[in-house]
Amino acid sequence: MTGESVATDAVAELTDLAVWFPTPAGMVHAVDGVSLTVRRGETLGLVGESGSGKSTTGLALLRLVEPTAGTVQVAGQDVTRWSRRRLRRLRRRVAMVFQDPQASLDPRHTVGASIAEPLAVHRLAASGTARRDRVAELLDLVGLRRDLAERHPHELSGGQRQRVGIARALAGEPDLIVLDEPIASLDLSVQAQIMNLLRGLQRELGLTYLFIAHDLAAVEHMSDRVAVMYLGRIVESGTPAQIWREPAHPYTAALLSAVPVADPPVQRSRQRIILAGDVPSPIDPPTGCRFRTRCPQARPDCAQTDPVLVEISSGHQAACLFAGGAVRAMRAQPTNASSP
Amino acid sequence: MNDETVLSVADLTVTIGTRRGAARAVAGVDWSVRAGETLALVGESGSGKSMSVLAATGLAPRAARVTGDVRLLGTDLAALSAARRRRMRGRHVGFVFQDPMTSLNPVLTVGRQIGEASEVHLGLTRRAARARAIEMLELVGIPSAAERVDAYPHQLSGGMRQRAVIAMALVCEPDLLIADEPTTALDVTTQAQIVELVADLQRRLGTAVVWISHDLGVVAGLADTVAVMYGGRIVEQGAVDAVFAEPAHPYTAALLAARPDPDANVTELVTIPGTPPSPLELPEGCAFWPRCSVRGDSRCERELPPLVPVAAGHQVRTFYPRQTREDR
Ligand SMILES: Nc1ncnc2c1ncn2[C@@H]1O[C@H](COP(=O)(O)OP(=O)(O)OP(=O)(O)O)[C@@H](O)[C@H]1O
Ligand SMILES: Nc1ncnc2c1ncn2[C@@H]1O[C@H](COP(=O)(O)OP(=O)(O)O)[C@@H](O)[C@H]1O
Ligand code: SF4
Ligand code: SF4
Ligand SMILES: [Mg+2]
Ligand SMILES: [Mg+2]
Repeated sequence: MTGESVATDAVAELTDLAVWFPTPAGMVHAVDGVSLTVRRGETLGLVGESGSGKSTTGLALLRLVEPTAGTVQVAGQDVTRWSRRRLRRLRRRVAMVFQDPQASLDPRHTVGASIAEPLAVHRLAASGTARRDRVAELLDLVGLRRDLAERHPHELSGGQRQRVGIARALAGEPDLIVLDEPIASLDLSVQAQIMNLLRGLQRELGLTYLFIAHDLAAVEHMSDRVAVMYLGRIVESGTPAQIWREPAHPYTAALLSAVPVADPPVQRSRQRIILAGDVPSPIDPPTGCRFRTRCPQARPDCAQTDPVLVEISSGHQAACLFAGGAVRAMRAQPTNASSP
Repeated sequence: MNDETVLSVADLTVTIGTRRGAARAVAGVDWSVRAGETLALVGESGSGKSMSVLAATGLAPRAARVTGDVRLLGTDLAALSAARRRRMRGRHVGFVFQDPMTSLNPVLTVGRQIGEASEVHLGLTRRAARARAIEMLELVGIPSAAERVDAYPHQLSGGMRQRAVIAMALVCEPDLLIADEPTTALDVTTQAQIVELVADLQRRLGTAVVWISHDLGVVAGLADTVAVMYGGRIVEQGAVDAVFAEPAHPYTAALLAARPDPDANVTELVTIPGTPPSPLELPEGCAFWPRCSVRGDSRCERELPPLVPVAAGHQVRTFYPRQTREDR
């Protein structure tokens, strides 16, 4: 996941991306040096706490936020400085599905009109008949009855609305779909339906996903590779098995130990690493390692040196000065008390 | 009824008049919670979890018609005047909701808000109330409590605001804490802090807790008993270990199976087809019938299954407990 070269199978690539937002309180370092590659046909999962920069990273791939530094490449082309007009073409290549399907659909438009809109914008259907046929086909793909095309968003359930959002995203036959918390606002029994749908569509159509979520179990289930974000940086990346079974960064280990499991005896007796305090402000991130203010293994060196991602084993990277060792030490001495 | 029982509801029903008809949000619910114990209400959105605790504490919306028997510390709440009911609630019940801003006033410092309850209900002076507020902020793990006591809600992070709300809910050492999805909006790391905090305070103060959540993992760690709601009714109820280890209702079993499990390598998740029912059009028979994989006869569709025991203290509302499609 280093940004050195454009891998031939890369659909999208971010290199040393920074996205800063000026605010009255100061400069928010939302994304601050992120490099990642999304390969064709894979699902790259992006996890991290609220405010870690996941959505901003996803938006940068569509150029919906201005990069402060670094480059954005999509389908082999550097789109970092593309004009607004050329960006229209990019928005066909990269589509997005949002968390709140209610907010992302125009309440005045019928479902059919919402799905047809990207077809019109990207001039993908020559006639009205062609457009109607394509809308029907897209409804079939996402498992919605064709007659729902006549309905308005408020006449649908949350799960149905999210299916409409997915159909819209599929309309332009994009190279990459950025899924930003696509299941977070759905009912429990509907989350599994949507996850199965997304995986089925990927198998059928060879889609590529950037799957953003804070639910680690869902990310593990959906992804081929996982990147963990903290305060604008990727602190660890690897396969779901590597992240789940052998986390090398103390933050990942803490995050995993906080994920509740639905097994009462196990959950009650689990050794947990409970992090003290809150995520520091992205306006003034800590010097050295950004996690050091909450890291149970922080040492004086951690305030001096800003750790970079280093390879721990094949395909597994972590940005910790004591990668691996720090996690072993933490797990040997879990802090099960409430903080601080 | 045990005399340690803090809150009990029997045959609680809540019907809300809406423009599109009468919504039966809660349809005949029974549960109780004892001192030092945690009852978890689980279920998907709209299943009636919030409305049942709001109605039980006299906070149902004006458009709601509430029937049934509710006893707080043995007192029949319906028999009290509105003012006495309010006083009793303020003194004995603390509330924590999903969004801390529904409980916090944005223009008052957190110290004033925490202190106010202890002035009203414990008769403390302004100065004593401030000292008590600092003590409470320390108790809930807010660093530099002596300074933070003068902070306004917007100056705190989401996790800290929720801690302040917990401080406010517990300042009068209530007998009962009602926590309605208190960690749903928080990150897992903050959620773990809050769960740990409430469990710790409960051990120390002996508070009875009603914890509403749709997260089965959170419930697994903190509940003693659990009631699963669907379509305004309890469909399964019992000790948390028994319900999770041997779910007897097809809905509970499916919910537990629908969660991705990182330790099992499955490609296709178990799903429940369809969506939860609308309270405006609850079916005659079993509300889960349209989505149930076990059902096979018209009885499920026509008749409401009663809540029956499957083991000591473990009850379920289905005609076919612990069965799968294959058994039938
Ligand atoms: N337009 C903006 N102006 C100022 N600050 C912003 C803007 N967009 C995002 N931020 C800030 O940048 C940081 C990263 O935000 P981002 O939305 O990417 O986080 P996230 O990881 O998606 O979080 P969540 O899980 O809550 O969705 C946060 O501190 C956020 O407040
Ligand atoms: N003020 C209200 N007016 C009309 N219907 C309501 C109102 N509050 C809740 N309901 C309905 O009552 C049902 C139960 O709601 P609630 O108890 O909030 O569910 P839960 O907490 O389980 O998500 C829902 O279908 C909801 O739409
Ligand atoms: S570099 Fe130091 S502070 Fe940062 S994660 Fe590693 S041990 Fe913790
Ligand atoms: S009563 Fe019938 S439909 Fe309802 S849960 Fe039991 S088997 Fe399923
Ligand atoms: Mg986001
Ligand atoms: Mg609710």
